[in-house]
Amino acid sequence: MSLIDVKNLSVQFKTDEGLITAVEDVSFSLAPGEVLGLVGESGSGKSVTAKSMMKLNPPNAIYAPECRIDLHLDSGPVDVMALKRPRDMEIVRGGAISMIFQEPMASFAPAITIGKQMVEQLLIHTDLNKKQAKDLSIEMLDRVGILEPATRFNQYAFELSGGMRQRAMIAMALSTKPKLLIADEPTTALDVTIQAQVLDLMKDLVAEFGMGIVFITHDLSVVAQTADRVAVMYLGRIMESGPVREVIRHPAHAYTRGLLNALPKLDDLDAPLTPIPGDIPSPLERPSGCVFHPRNPELKPGSRYETERPPLTEVSPGHFAAIFPEDVPGQP
Amino acid sequence: MTNALIKTENLSVEFPLGGGLFNKRTLKAVDNVSIEIPQGAFVGVVGESGSGKTTLGRALLNAVPITSGSASYDDGEEQFDLTKMSATDLKAYRRRAQLIFQDPYAALSPRMTVRDIIAEPLDVMGLTASREETDTRVREIAAKCRLNLEHLRRYPHAFSGGQRQRISIARALACNPRFVVADECVAALDVSIQADILNLLKSLQHDMGLTFMFISHDLSVVAHTCDFVVVMYHGKIVESAPTRELFAAPKQDYTKRLLDAIPSLDPDHRIRA
Repeated sequence: MSLIDVKNLSVQFKTDEGLITAVEDVSFSLAPGEVLGLVGESGSGKSVTAKSMMKLNPPNAIYAPECRIDLHLDSGPVDVMALKRPRDMEIVRGGAISMIFQEPMASFAPAITIGKQMVEQLLIHTDLNKKQAKDLSIEMLDRVGILEPATRFNQYAFELSGGMRQRAMIAMALSTKPKLLIADEPTTALDVTIQAQVLDLMKDLVAEFGMGIVFITHDLSVVAQTADRVAVMYLGRIMESGPVREVIRHPAHAYTRGLLNALPKLDDLDAPLTPIPGDIPSPLERPSGCVFHPRNPELKPGSRYETERPPLTEVSPGHFAAIFPEDVPGQP
Repeated sequence: MTNALIKTENLSVEFPLGGGLFNKRTLKAVDNVSIEIPQGAFVGVVGESGSGKTTLGRALLNAVPITSGSASYDDGEEQFDLTKMSATDLKAYRRRAQLIFQDPYAALSPRMTVRDIIAEPLDVMGLTASREETDTRVREIAAKCRLNLEHLRRYPHAFSGGQRQRISIARALACNPRFVVADECVAALDVSIQADILNLLKSLQHDMGLTFMFISHDLSVVAHTCDFVVVMYHGKIVESAPTRELFAAPKQDYTKRLLDAIPSLDPDHRIRA
């Protein structure tokens, strides 16, 4: 039984310059205890996809009528798209789903102590009283490896280092025992050594709490280190998805190969860095057919990809790529 | 033996942290750093945030005051003692040493066209005699940085991150400098654009005979672009060695820890910090 099913998610934004498509026809499911990596460059729609699961997109977002997001909780299924009033959304926002943001300094209110913020959300989402909420918060701070948690509880965000702040953020997100954790670039602003610690911590917590994680990042190596499955996005579409080993070892889509070739590799310093040709097109000039076709160096002019949108084709068990069936690479 | 373009001995930069008249507290951002950057080299400086790598770069550009120690620049034609710079010296030094910033979104004025952005250092330094000469020079450098000449009339908002960084590089190189400090200049970019900018910097190094000091927290990027790596921690140089040597056999524990923390692209090789 999956924890969340996202089907045919399409999100557009109404702007002064016109309608901008941010996410187009994205579907995926996540099981409890599973880590899904959402990878893509800026503008690929990965954050909008994640925010859709909590309906956190700004008011000018338009969800297509056919999209469905179903959350399966012990108390019964929740149709996220049908939630309208802010009160109803408490179930998903901070209740069943928690989110960790990229910039921990910006996620904490600067003039309220860390502890007060942690207690506040527990009072909203759980039946704990103030004393219990405080004890739980301090226990969570301890769990994520913060020394002297009782002291930290009474401090402000600016008094903590970057790594500490991100840990406190994780402690806060997990204290309500969410079923699903959305981590939006949680380690991008951190140094490598601290990044490694935070990634370890997240892996331990998945094992302990058994929640599902949607891990958003632009860094394929971070995905290789944390995720079970990965979905590679470009201009709002999933280009390729599947088990992380399969996708990284045998990428079936030219875009995934492009990303991998552009990455500096430590074990082969002589390998040239190959950028993906061209630039990301303006959101107002969305390419027809396969959105990646204008930058795909492997295509010949006049190919089907220029006009027809390729379906997600299964290239090996559980591994899908947005290519036509005749282009499935020979099995390894 | 190539000459050292930049040479420092026991260079320190301290910042005042307040305190009273008699118990002044200071922060040693750069602590007794001695380094030599040979002409034409591509030197990487790595370290965590707060390790002093940016301050070191700025000290070498004379953008922060040097507290003690010596630092000099010598390209064979002009020499500067970076600890004793007059206003005239500084003007002349700016022509020789330039900086590329991290964030191409913040570094370019939204109200200037690309042509004006690249031309500004030429105008300010009075390097060109006429508008025609400036235009020629702007076009030359824009072409070198692989900018489309039609784009020169546009404003920065029309460009993606990678194109903006190319504009920012063109501006830094417009005055034909010898020494360029690139401070985290690919940190804000996507991987495919990062690859493009790194390739561009390498080709400019060869074409224009530039010497680069490349500041980055990303060790795999440094491994791919730099000939020589300096590892900093708490303002001090922990280890410095040719890139291959450093990555194959790091000598210091701190360097080893840094290298071990890099996430591997191999899903079967999961590390624990």
